[in-house]
Amino acid sequence: MISRAERVANYVILSAFAAFALFPIVTILGAALGPDDAGPAGQAWGPHLGNFAAAWEAGRFGTYLRTSLTVSVFVVVVSVVLSIMSGYAFGTMRFRGQAVLFYLFMLGIMMPSEAIAVPLYFDLRTLGLIDTFWSVALPQVALSVAFGTFWMRAYFRASSRAIAEAARIDGASTWRTLWQVLVPPARPAIVTLTVLVFMWTWNEFLIPLIMVTSESLRTAPLGLAFFQGQYTSGFTLLAAGSVIVATPVVVFYLFLQRHFVRGLLQGAVRE
Amino acid sequence: MGRPPGEPGRVAYLYLLPAFVLYAAFLLYPIGRAVQISLYDWDGLTLGRWAGLDNYTAILSDERLRAGFGHALVLIVFYAVIPLAIGLTLAAILNHAKVRGLGFFRTVVFLPQVVAMVVVAVAWRRVYAPDGTLNALLGALGLDGLTRGWLGDHTFALPAVGVVGTWFESGLVTVLLLAGMSRVPMELYEAARLDGAGAVREFFAVTLPSVRGEIAVALTLTVIAALRTFDLVYVTTRGGPGDSTSVPSFEVYHRAFGLGQVGSAAAIGVTLTVVIFAISFAINRLADKGTT
Repeated sequence: MISRAERVANYVILSAFAAFALFPIVTILGAALGPDDAGPAGQAWGPHLGNFAAAWEAGRFGTYLRTSLTVSVFVVVVSVVLSIMSGYAFGTMRFRGQAVLFYLFMLGIMMPSEAIAVPLYFDLRTLGLIDTFWSVALPQVALSVAFGTFWMRAYFRASSRAIAEAARIDGASTWRTLWQVLVPPARPAIVTLTVLVFMWTWNEFLIPLIMVTSESLRTAPLGLAFFQGQYTSGFTLLAAGSVIVATPVVVFYLFLQRHFVRGLLQGAVRE
Repeated sequence: MGRPPGEPGRVAYLYLLPAFVLYAAFLLYPIGRAVQISLYDWDGLTLGRWAGLDNYTAILSDERLRAGFGHALVLIVFYAVIPLAIGLTLAAILNHAKVRGLGFFRTVVFLPQVVAMVVVAVAWRRVYAPDGTLNALLGALGLDGLTRGWLGDHTFALPAVGVVGTWFESGLVTVLLLAGMSRVPMELYEAARLDGAGAVREFFAVTLPSVRGEIAVALTLTVIAALRTFDLVYVTTRGGPGDSTSVPSFEVYHRAFGLGQVGSAAAIGVTLTVVIFAISFAINRLADKGTT
């Protein structure tokens, strides 16, 4: 029932936007795979995969990726486990002060990290914790736990109250009920939370920028920003470095797209 | 309230405790400290001097700070208003027509959401560079007169940063609205068609009212993102040229660690937090009001 003209117009609009969406991505991929613009003239045509090795070497991305991986794994594991526990309490139990405590956690979802990073820097400096793994990881655990509590509470409230009650009547302890009865079917919700926290932590820039001075603790995005400042003789290696930094999350996204979309869209929807 | 026998009560606090301890130490306590620091004139090293509300009044009187919040308003247009218009158009098309390659399109437009902002900024710096791809494109179209170093231009730097926001928020808004539109019952469209409504009437009479909730969510997410712009400005312009792209989040960093005005930085951070809470509250109130 759609006219031919309307159909053509639709494809034109969609293609134009897809082109806009892809333009910067193509720009950077093209530069990363093209001949090195700082190298000798007259290089061969075809993809130059050597750029990645050169960028890896020049930008020391090996160290940065290792730091990012350690920080991300720590933040994901700790904040997901703690969120499951706190979401379980909020979602299936009744206790005094529940509403107030829940609103306190909700504050953290919208809290801009800019507001807390400055006082944290000076207090951690007093404690001598600046420029340590903990100064990068723990503030991000706090930010992630706020969202994680909200996310797991919504899940447990919607699907687990009756099951938790039945398990209790059977005499199971709350601890066993959580880990052996409720967590296995909660896997999709937990996977979504895991990929979101991983992405946020991997991509975080401000907290490592403020907390870290030594090079060995730089995360991948921070390393890339410094590489951009120092490496000015061309764009090829910078583009290759950008691709290296972006790839882990993009690969996760391509395989677990449903979880990313669901998490980013539903995460904001109040019940 | 009465509790059935055997229902867990106090044990709930034990489950909350580990999360709460970390949350309180690294989020609640620092925001309290931010409020405290914001009342002092402090360079971060020597003893602070009580300043009362001076740091807050400076946000209105200091030209650079006022400009920063003004720039944030401009960014809201690019991050929230334009993506909403684009998202409504694209989602209406995708929902309406049976388009081939919908899955691919969705993957592509959502991709910017998962790429680190630093990478996004590096890519767009290249696009905007004097010898970058945008100028090459303009040159190829015979528009050499328009070429310039976009991020170094007093007039164009802020819109150039804004367009990056449009680029990465439009896909999010489109996918969000599409999810909402696909839940609109087909009968509503058929009824509108029977009443003789064209595509445009149908959009305003059926589609738009049905996705009011999704619009509120989209605006909340994108407005907050606009107000929190930091990585992008840090990597592309550092607030320059002059202060033409300075934004509140960047000012927080710049004042605390560049200028040694920690009290002022804390005051901007607190103000930003309050503004973010107020705006998201207002957007959700407006959306709720419309539905009841």
